[in-house]
Formats: sequence, structure tokens, C-alpha cells
Amino acid sequence: MKDISCKLLVIGAGPGGYVCAIRAGQLGLDTVIVEERKPGGTCLNVGCIPSKALIHAAEEYDRIVHLASGKNPFGIKAKKPELDLSQTIAWKDNIVGRLNSGVSSLLKRAKVKMVQGRARFRDGKTVEVETETGRQVIHADNVVIATGSAPVELPNLPFGGSVISSTEALALTSVPERLVVVGGGYIGLELGTAFAKMGAKVTVVEAQARILPQYDAELTRPVAKRLQALGIEVMTHAKAKGLAKAGGMLLVETESGSEVSLAADKILVTVGRRPVTQGWGMEELVLDTDGPFIRIDERCQTSMRGIYAIGDVTGEPMLAHRAMAQGEMVAEIIAGHKRAWDKRAIPAVCFTDPEIVAVGLTADEAHKAGIEVRAGHFPFSANGRAMTKLGEEGFVRVVARADNHLVLGIQAVGQGVSELSAAFGLALEMGARIEDIAGTIHAHPTQGEAFQEGALKALGRELHI
Amino acid sequence: MGEHLIKMPDVGEGIAEAELVEWHVKVGDLVREDALLAAVMTDKATVEIPSPVNGEVLWLGAEIGDVVAIGSPLIRLQVAGGEGASSGSDKTEKAAEAPARSGEIEAQGDGAVRTSEAIIEQQAREAPPPRPVEAKQSPAVRMHRPPVAHTDNAKPIASPAIRLRAREAGVDLRQIPGTGPAGRITHEDLDAFLTHGPQVARAPGLIQDTSVQHIKVIGLRRKIAEKMATAKSRIPHITYVEEVDVTALEDLRTALNAKKRTDRPKLTILPFLMRAMVKAIAEQPNLNATYDDEAGIVHQHGGVHIGIATQTGSGLMVPVVRHAEARDLWDCAMELNRLAEAAKAGLATREELGGSTITITSLGAMGGIVTTPVINHPEVAIIGVNKIVVRPVWDGSTFIPRKMMNLSSSFDHRIIDGWDAAIFVQRIKTLLEAPAMIFVEA
Repeated sequence: MKDISCKLLVIGAGPGGYVCAIRAGQLGLDTVIVEERKPGGTCLNVGCIPSKALIHAAEEYDRIVHLASGKNPFGIKAKKPELDLSQTIAWKDNIVGRLNSGVSSLLKRAKVKMVQGRARFRDGKTVEVETETGRQVIHADNVVIATGSAPVELPNLPFGGSVISSTEALALTSVPERLVVVGGGYIGLELGTAFAKMGAKVTVVEAQARILPQYDAELTRPVAKRLQALGIEVMTHAKAKGLAKAGGMLLVETESGSEVSLAADKILVTVGRRPVTQGWGMEELVLDTDGPFIRIDERCQTSMRGIYAIGDVTGEPMLAHRAMAQGEMVAEIIAGHKRAWDKRAIPAVCFTDPEIVAVGLTADEAHKAGIEVRAGHFPFSANGRAMTKLGEEGFVRVVARADNHLVLGIQAVGQGVSELSAAFGLALEMGARIEDIAGTIHAHPTQGEAFQEGALKALGRELHI
Repeated sequence: MGEHLIKMPDVGEGIAEAELVEWHVKVGDLVREDALLAAVMTDKATVEIPSPVNGEVLWLGAEIGDVVAIGSPLIRLQVAGGEGASSGSDKTEKAAEAPARSGEIEAQGDGAVRTSEAIIEQQAREAPPPRPVEAKQSPAVRMHRPPVAHTDNAKPIASPAIRLRAREAGVDLRQIPGTGPAGRITHEDLDAFLTHGPQVARAPGLIQDTSVQHIKVIGLRRKIAEKMATAKSRIPHITYVEEVDVTALEDLRTALNAKKRTDRPKLTILPFLMRAMVKAIAEQPNLNATYDDEAGIVHQHGGVHIGIATQTGSGLMVPVVRHAEARDLWDCAMELNRLAEAAKAGLATREELGGSTITITSLGAMGGIVTTPVINHPEVAIIGVNKIVVRPVWDGSTFIPRKMMNLSSSFDHRIIDGWDAAIFVQRIKTLLEAPAMIFVEA
């Protein structure tokens, strides 16, 4: 097979890689992208998108279950619904398929050459790809490593059989009767909640003191409350020890040190994700690392000239939108533009029930950094739109510097608050003061009003509480 | 009570407009008849406008630096009793046309103007230095908010658009004090930084001076600016520098000065240069020319009228030694001295300040090593004199101290080829190095 030479080679067509390639193509760079599987990476194929599809289907189902229970305040009578999960999965697969071809056509339109297969570095400028039709050698002036991340496996609970990762969980064709989720982070809770809504008996095993430990207790409390209402049992300070010999049982060491066994049809392990730094010839390169990640500078440059890395393989937060922003930036850098990472805010969203959004610093984090803050907290129970959606749980919290009122962080928990992340991110990125938010007309009746009211409250002049 | 309107008088020379260079009065002032109201300037002359009546100034029709059309209302005076009247262009035409000698100020009657031809320098003598217009307040001042310095190593507060602009301009935003809310860096802050550069780090006791004075370029300065711009933009200059051994010339000059008659002026090097130029021009008359590039005609002059670039208190002026070909060394020196003094005193006439066909520029002891003279448009050549320094010169067997001087000369390359320019300068060099040749008829 004839060798290919190009200006830019991107390894991995996840959100970071494909955005980088599209932007590079737009900028006229001769670009090749290599992907072993389908374009879109974890996010599109086995992450963000399919999980949101499943979560939505579960919500729809749960809503009707709730209506059918006769305990709804709307006066709606409904019959008990039925769920055909295989059909749900097929619908989800269709969405994923459409997005796969969407990414492919975007790459094509940007004149990016796509090579399917597993890439492996031969040296810093040369990559071999095992394609279906043979070995393809690619010479590149610049290489972007965008190999992403993979679910972490517990040594005593290897994937296989009833022990599954999020990838398999998103492809189940029937709802497991008993599902144990090991790891109470956002992935475990999103999927655990969805399966609980679809009728599974879900138990969450979390090693730390509470679920979503990276968020503060106030923010996660409505989620914990909702988990309880959904009948999900949450075991904290609990450690999964392995499968019982008998099978179908998970051994768990509880807080008191005693060992219990949990009956489980499926055991979903969501204890985090690890960067994919193996299997593509990293050993052929001399890349500095930062813990398990590839070390990058503010231009996503690795310790080797002409080799960049973006996305999950470069560290936390492992979020698609961070990878996309890095990818875009790197393409522009390679095209000769002056760019460097100067983002102020990377919003993080948990699609739990209710949803959580966090941007910037919390009051506690600011205090720890030695910054005096003033914060405003506005509950959705005082928001008209939230009331009409039966979504009074949660709040918006605005954290600002006490001295000059510069907004440092915004957090929210509540139904549908993921969509507020746009406003929150913009406020931080623009360097807004709380007066700016308070002085912006927010449409009524929307949940967004809680953002403005939170700002007003931080100023001590709240109107609706 | 009535009103008396004074219009911009016709100051002659067939001009259509004149520049207001000075107000002697302001609104509310009481003026007496014949008191000076304003000064206006045309191409060559500054004209004082006296008041034709007693009255109070009601209104001024122009600002300093404005170019006002002849006949435009200039001043309104409130006068006691009677009907208002108007004076201006019609009445004064004659006055302006009247011939006037250097330095003379002709006073006319009611509504007349005092005109002195070629008294650019008079304006310079009498006019105060251009008034600085009050500095416009910068946005920072207007906001009455001290810029917030980014003392902690926090990221500078700026929107993504500003960060991108800064990145592309290669500016580290941490250098820029933000004037926006909470110290946010605004587009204006970035613009200011890009325009004025980094603020000097503040040391204790030292204060940044952010004031800007806006000084209108008016009067002679404006004329100089226009003339230089014309010369530089229209004439493709070629500059040629050659060194001249003036040891012999200096010996001669010293001897002549030591034994000169008391009624004769002290000789500088310039009269010798002028005479040398006359000789060289006799061989290369195309150097003594003015080029009308619009008409496409070179006017090659018989008379050698040498302009002498002269620094005066108000700026550069070029009095002209006319017909240098008909003057001997002493005559050249005498005329040169007279003109320089007249120019510096502001007494040179318009005729004395124009009509040159070739120019000498000399900064004397400040002459430096090399200059790049700007041709006195529309001439085609200018000879620049650099300072004389004693340098060791190799005579073939040893170093000997010689008085050396550079000539830096520019030529209009449209008319004068580099070859001709070189021959001209070499000819002058030969003459100056063996000064007897200047005085020997060929």
C-alpha cells in the first residue's frame, strides 16, 4: 500500500480528534484522521449521546408509570406502560448512526482523509495503520494524539459476564431485574437512575462518604433525595470486593467492616475512566507524562515537537467539550495562528435526576483559595416555571468575589438545568460581575430567572424570595 | 447700538483663502479702532487684521488653524450707535495690492488691513507658540475608576474576543490594567495598549504621565510640513555622500579672515562652496534647475540663485542669495550674512525667501557625519554640508592630520542621473580641495 504523507495526522476520531481534523481541513491543512472504530469516539458511540437517549427514554417511561400510579396532580389517567428495551436501544442506535454519518460527512466536506484501522507510531513522524486491506504507513509533519479514555476496570471485578461497563450497559436489550452499580459518580448515577426508572432494582455501591463526591453536599442533596424516591439503595463507605463464588452475587465490605453479598443480575462498574495510553505505540515516543496522562502545555504540545495531544488522554476534566475546544485550538496552531489555552470555564453537567451543572469555583473552593466571596442561592421552589413543571427541587447558586463582584462560579441543580450551562459558561468567560447578571433581563417564565435572582440575592436585593 | 461685521479680507496674490493663525481678541473683549484683531497667513505673508471701529467682540468666525475663504464672516463687533456696517474684502483689495517693502507695515484707514509681505517670520516672532489643545480625556479618566492592576496571578478578566485579539497581537493581557468593571480589560484598554505600548512599571515616587497635548500644526510649521511632504512624496531622491579634504581651504579661509578689511564680513566655508557651485554649474547647467513635473518641463536657469536653508526661531526658512554667478567671494559672504540675519530677525522679504534654483543646507558645527537632505521642491539638487573634523589620512607613507568634511547631497533622480550627480559633487570636491581653482578663470 502506498504511503501517505500529510501535514496533520489525527489519531482518534472522538470529539477532540474529529473537531481538530474538521478545523484543520477548513484551514486548508492536508489532514488525515485515523479511527479504529466508528467516528465520534466514546462520546457519540458509547457515552454522552447514547446515555442521554437511554436517560430520556427512561424518563418518558417513568413519567407514564407515575401517571398510571394515579398519584399525579395533573388529573391525567393512564394505563401502566410497557417498555421494549431492545426497541429503545434500536432507536438509540439509529441516533448514533445518524451522528456517525454526520461526522463522516463533515470530515469529508472539510477534505479530511479518513483511514480506518488501528494506528501505531513507528516514530514521531510515522504511523502505521492496520486497515482491513493491509498496512498503511502515514508520514505526518504534525500528529495529534486523541486516543481518549476507557472505563477503569477493578482488578477484583474484571469486566465480563455479568460485570459490565457503561458501554455494555448502553446495549442491554432487557432491563436487569437487579442492578448493582459500583461507583457513585456521574456515569453510575445517570445509568443507575435510568435503569431504576425502567424498573430495575438498583443498588449503588460508593466507596466514599457520599455520591458525586466531587460536588458539594448541598448540590448533590436533591439527587440523593431523588435516588431514594426511586427506590435506589445507596451504600456509602462501601467497597466492592468481588463476585461471590456462587455467582450472581457481589461481595461488598460495608462501612462497619462487615461483608455483605448483594444479589445482582448485572454489576455495572463505573469507577472512573483511564486515558488510553497503550496499544498505539506510545513506547516508540518520548512523551512526558503527568500521572497516567500525557503531559501537555498550554498549546496542547507534548514534550515532542510536532506531536500534540488533546482530550481525555491529557487529563481531567475528561469532557467532550474540553476535547473539542482543544482540537479546534490545535488545528489553528498547526495552521500558524497564535493560540493558547485560555479558557476560563469548562462547565460540567451531570444528567442525573435532577440535573447538576457546575461552572467555576464553589464558595468553599474560593475560600480555600483565600478569596472572600459573596454568594446568592435561589431555589426553584420560588420559580414559577419550575413549579409548573413539577420541578421545584434544586436551586441556582452564584458565587462572586466579595471585593469586586466578579463571578467566580455558578452551580445549579434542578430539572433541565443542563441547558443553563450555556448562560453560566458565558458569564464566566466574559468576566461578568453579579451586577451584569442581575442587570440582564431574563425571560419570564423560565428557570433561567433563578440565575438572575441568584445574582440579585448575592447583591442583597432579591425580589422573589 | 449696531453690529459691525468684518469679513476675511482679500490679502492679494490672487488667493482664495487664508489660514487664521492667531486671534488677538476673544468674545467679550472691548477693542479700539486699529487694535489688532487677528492674524491670517497666506502662502508667504502673514496679515494682521486691525479693527476698523471701536466695539465689543460678539462672535469669532473661525478657530486658529482654520483655513477661511476670502469674504467669509470673521468677526462680529457690537458698535455704539448707527447702523451696522460691513468691512472686508471689497474695501481692502487695494491695500493688499499696494507694494510693500521688507518689514514695512502699511496702515490703512477704516477697514484696512496691515500687510507685510513675506513676514512669515513676523508671525513667528509675534505669535505665541501654538496653543496646546486640552488633552482629550482618555476612557480611563472618563470612567473615574483607577485601573485595577492584576496583582495576584489570577487570570486577567477579559472576554474571549479580547483574549483572541490580544493573542494575535502578541500581547500578554496581564500587562494591561483593566478599566472595566472588576478590572475587566475592555477593547478600549487593549486598543490603548496597542497604541501607546506598555505602561512603565510604577516605581515609588514616580508617577505615570498619561497626558497628551494636541498641538495644531499651523502657520509656518504647517507650510514647512506641506513643503516637506510635497518634496518627499513627489521627488525620488538620490543621496550621494563624498568626503572633501578642506585643509587647504581652511588655511586660505583663515588667512583671508586674518587680513580682511574691516568692512568685509567674516568668511565661513559657505561662500567658497557657493563659488565652487557656480563653477560646477557652468559645466553642468542642468543641476541649476526647477522641474515643473505637472507640465513636464525642466526650467534650466542661467542665474544661480542659491537658497540657504536657515534655522530661525520659528522654524526652517530658505533665504536666497540671488545671482551668485555675478557675485565674488566677499559679495556672496556679505549677502549671505545679511539674509541670514534678516531671516532670523523676521525681516526677510518674500522675494528674498523665494526663487532659488539650487539650495545649500548646513548645520554648521551640528552638521554631523552624513545627512539625507530633502530637496527644496521644485529644485533638482541640494548640497548638504557636514561638519569639519580632523582625521588621520594616509598619504602613502604616513598618517597625517587633515581637515575633512563630508558633502551629503540629494538630487531629483527623475532629472539627474546618479552619474551626473557624482560628477557634480566630484567637481565641487576638486575645487574645494584646491581652492585656488575657484578663483582661476577657466
